[in-house]
Amino acid sequence: MKHLLSTEDLSYANAIRILDTAEEMAAVGEREVKKLPALRGRTVVNLFFEDSTRTRISFEAAAKRLSADVINFAAKGSSVSKGESLKDTAQTLAAMGADAVVIRHWASGAPHRLAATDWIDAAVINAGDGTHEHPTQALLDAFTMRRHWSTLAGSPSAGADLKGMRVAIAGDVLHSRVARSNVWLLRTLGAEVTLVAPPTLLPIGVEEWPCTVSYDLDETLARGVDAMMMLRVQGERMNASFFPTTREYSRRWGFDDNRLRALDSLGLKDTIIMHPGPMNRGLEISSAAADSPRSTVLAQVRNGVSIRMAALYLLLSGDTREPATSTAAYSKESH
Amino acid sequence: MTSVPEAPVPAKVQLSRVVLNQADIDRALTRIAHEILESNKGSQDLVLLGIPRRGYPLAVRLAAKIAAADPDVDPAAIVGQLDVTMFRDDLSHQPTRPPYPTQLPCTGIDNKVVVLIDDVLYSGRTIRAALDAIIDLGRPRIVRLAVLIDRGHRELPIRADHVGKNLPTSSAEKVRVRLEETDSADGEAVNEVVIEATA
Amino acid sequence: MASQQQDTGSTGAYLIRGASILGGPAEDLLIRDGVIAARGQDLDTGDATVIEAAGLVALPGMVDIHTHLREPGREDAETVETGTRAAALGGYTAVHAMANSTPVADTAGVVEQVLTLGRTAGWVDVRPVGAVTVGLAGEQLAELGAMADSRARVRVFSDDGICVSDPVLMRRALEYVKAFDGVVAQHAQEPRLTAGAQMNEGVVSAVLGLTGWPAVAEESIIARDVLLAQHVGSRLHVCHVSTAGSVEIVRWAKSRGINVTAEVTPHHLWLTDELVRSYDPVYKVNPPLRTDEDVQALRAALADGTIDVVGTDHAPHPSEHKECEWAQAAMGMTGLETALSVVQHTMIETGLMTWADFARVTSTTPAAIGRLEDQGRPLETGEPANVILVDPAARWTVDPSKMATMGRNSPFAGRELPGKVVATFFKGHPTVLNGELNTPYRWLPDSAEVPNTAVRP
Repeated sequence: MKHLLSTEDLSYANAIRILDTAEEMAAVGEREVKKLPALRGRTVVNLFFEDSTRTRISFEAAAKRLSADVINFAAKGSSVSKGESLKDTAQTLAAMGADAVVIRHWASGAPHRLAATDWIDAAVINAGDGTHEHPTQALLDAFTMRRHWSTLAGSPSAGADLKGMRVAIAGDVLHSRVARSNVWLLRTLGAEVTLVAPPTLLPIGVEEWPCTVSYDLDETLARGVDAMMMLRVQGERMNASFFPTTREYSRRWGFDDNRLRALDSLGLKDTIIMHPGPMNRGLEISSAAADSPRSTVLAQVRNGVSIRMAALYLLLSGDTREPATSTAAYSKESH
Repeated sequence: MTSVPEAPVPAKVQLSRVVLNQADIDRALTRIAHEILESNKGSQDLVLLGIPRRGYPLAVRLAAKIAAADPDVDPAAIVGQLDVTMFRDDLSHQPTRPPYPTQLPCTGIDNKVVVLIDDVLYSGRTIRAALDAIIDLGRPRIVRLAVLIDRGHRELPIRADHVGKNLPTSSAEKVRVRLEETDSADGEAVNEVVIEATA
Repeated sequence: MASQQQDTGSTGAYLIRGASILGGPAEDLLIRDGVIAARGQDLDTGDATVIEAAGLVALPGMVDIHTHLREPGREDAETVETGTRAAALGGYTAVHAMANSTPVADTAGVVEQVLTLGRTAGWVDVRPVGAVTVGLAGEQLAELGAMADSRARVRVFSDDGICVSDPVLMRRALEYVKAFDGVVAQHAQEPRLTAGAQMNEGVVSAVLGLTGWPAVAEESIIARDVLLAQHVGSRLHVCHVSTAGSVEIVRWAKSRGINVTAEVTPHHLWLTDELVRSYDPVYKVNPPLRTDEDVQALRAALADGTIDVVGTDHAPHPSEHKECEWAQAAMGMTGLETALSVVQHTMIETGLMTWADFARVTSTTPAAIGRLEDQGRPLETGEPANVILVDPAARWTVDPSKMATMGRNSPFAGRELPGKVVATFFKGHPTVLNGELNTPYRWLPDSAEVPNTAVRP
């Protein structure tokens, strides 16, 4: 693994490896000294072409816990907003010796461009690109689900996947990088995914995705759901006629108090409610649902740091300058 | 290796010889267990931390032997695992290694007598990493080191307190420890230490 | 015509020995004084320079109905000089220069400037396309009549790059060009359905999270326009048809006797939206690369005549417009130097077409649509000597850095292609010999030579 660009091409083995490593990273967060020397001397650049304080500080905390040096490069107010190209920015970072670039960009595929060109040789981590993917969000969601699923099964989460778990993802799938990354990763991990959205907010071509599609949230809940993930919906979508009004959206596709009660009456006592944040309370999720004991919203934030530590560690700790030799040759040599 | 025959053999043949068999290993561990108790003047405050992968099963075996010698000891309560991966000084020179779990006994390690356990002591760099890892976890009263094999060639000022067998080797040779807990293939239990030389 | 004598010395004659005429039996062609002086077996060499053409195919010089030469205005992307060098190397003897230059070719002055630039270069016949609306703004008709009557004698009008989406304006344009036998070449793209569109809307766009460009945005405009053309009894040309649905609509329109012609680009005959998975903007083009189903439908339509011509939509861009994020990148691909090879690969080597069909879709019909009377003619005695020689057995690997066009944005970079242009004769003068640029044709002063009447004996 040289880059982390998408979950679509993330293998089962690598996905489990990241999740398992994140378990160890989570343990570090509970220690007296919450720091590891693993990335001492490495430089991680947070290159953000789009505002996202949450994602940036999560990556920053992760890099710092691994002792890496962190440079934050926000495109707004910098030379980038004055017309400097992605290529020039990348070459500048390369000249400064960046070992990893964590990139958030409004354009789908921008991280792929960084990784595919010779502009910069660093490891590239996609921190969300346009409406394409947000792989670390999907990984932290899967991490959260796996802990829940393993607890229910009474088995350790390390090494486990999500086989048989029923996950519903509701909201603006069309514009959601979180939904895309989750669909691919959850497929890889064996979960059964149902996307719930108004037909206007589902992409043409969704019928080829490895999931079920529904327009009816109540029907989906009635069929049984182990994790209910609500996606952020921008109220402005109303102006482009994706739905008539926010009230109508909320009634049909929002997780409101009635649906929260329905979980109990349907006997779904272990169903968790997830949201990648930031939430539009009262639109796609009610406050009661967001604050209920079923909600994993804060656990997701916490797990985000562990997942990002795992990704940074796995991409950066090894010898990245030469092609990886077979791991067997290094099994346990320098005792 | 002067003993390597000059005969026409394939370019890369591996010659191996067993230096410790199952009984040898068991005897060595029994001796180390008694040495640990003796140097500690009993089982008071003892914590055994095995270094993955093979140091951990050795630590479990040692704990069982200590418990056999001292019925007051609950072997599960004094054994832990200490992963040193992220403290290594050679991370950037090798392919990425996923970390192993670190699990401390419920008593923790503060003011304990921690005995680090590993299978082979060679350059000393793993133990250097282990000492750093321990410091981040707490403050033991004493840290000691027990290894099954000491093969020499130290690169740091580190020595073992308890050694199963001193094994003079050439750095061209490989010392392989195979334990049934970690190296059983096809259900066949192996417990042996082998020296391999590349001709 | 003595006035056509070139200043290339006394040996202005070439004997092409043993070329397969349009893929048929081998014959000789004698080129002298700008015309094919003789065709037959074992022609007398006389003072002519002999070109041994065994194994080569002789074809009429190709005519591109759709070329962006960028000059005036974007000389950093292409100039008439570099673009027409590329055209000659690609086997073209005439190109239609699209109107979206800066300033827009929406007045007699600009089209005459482009005509003059083309003649000064001398590599091919540059035929300016006039804009339909002032500034391509889609609000007010440009002075189509003035452009038609100018020295450039414009017959093809297009806002290409932008759709004439206003149905009333489109109707008026179709009606108006009837006055001078013009044709409106429509860039069929419903603007509201393609706001912010980045690639073909379908399975791949769903995965990549790029805003989709639905096929219906093209098809709905074509459907409207063929009905308008029928209603007002005018001539419509549909640029770069890219979907299977568009093919069906054009086929239906032709079956109803509507006067519509359609064009396909070489890249739409081969490449699909799967390539966009790389996010490499070299694959970003308007209309977008579609699916394999569309590619197969386009090939079948070109073979059966539903689609009339191949147009390159040659669209060079400076590298900085492609070395960026997909969404930031310019749309377009170069095509002049690869068109012949790509059509050979997709249409001839697949058995869908013969070389005679090739001549029809790359020369005869585009010349007829543009009303170029001295282009796309049969290779017969007395016809203007716009002739190319092609080695169909040659294989070459596309290297954009070695091309004559300034654009490096070839989607075929690195691919091995069949077929190579060995020689291009433009008005009897070899602009390309041995696969390399030779010398340009020297036009006589404007007053002595008027297009359309220039060469016909």
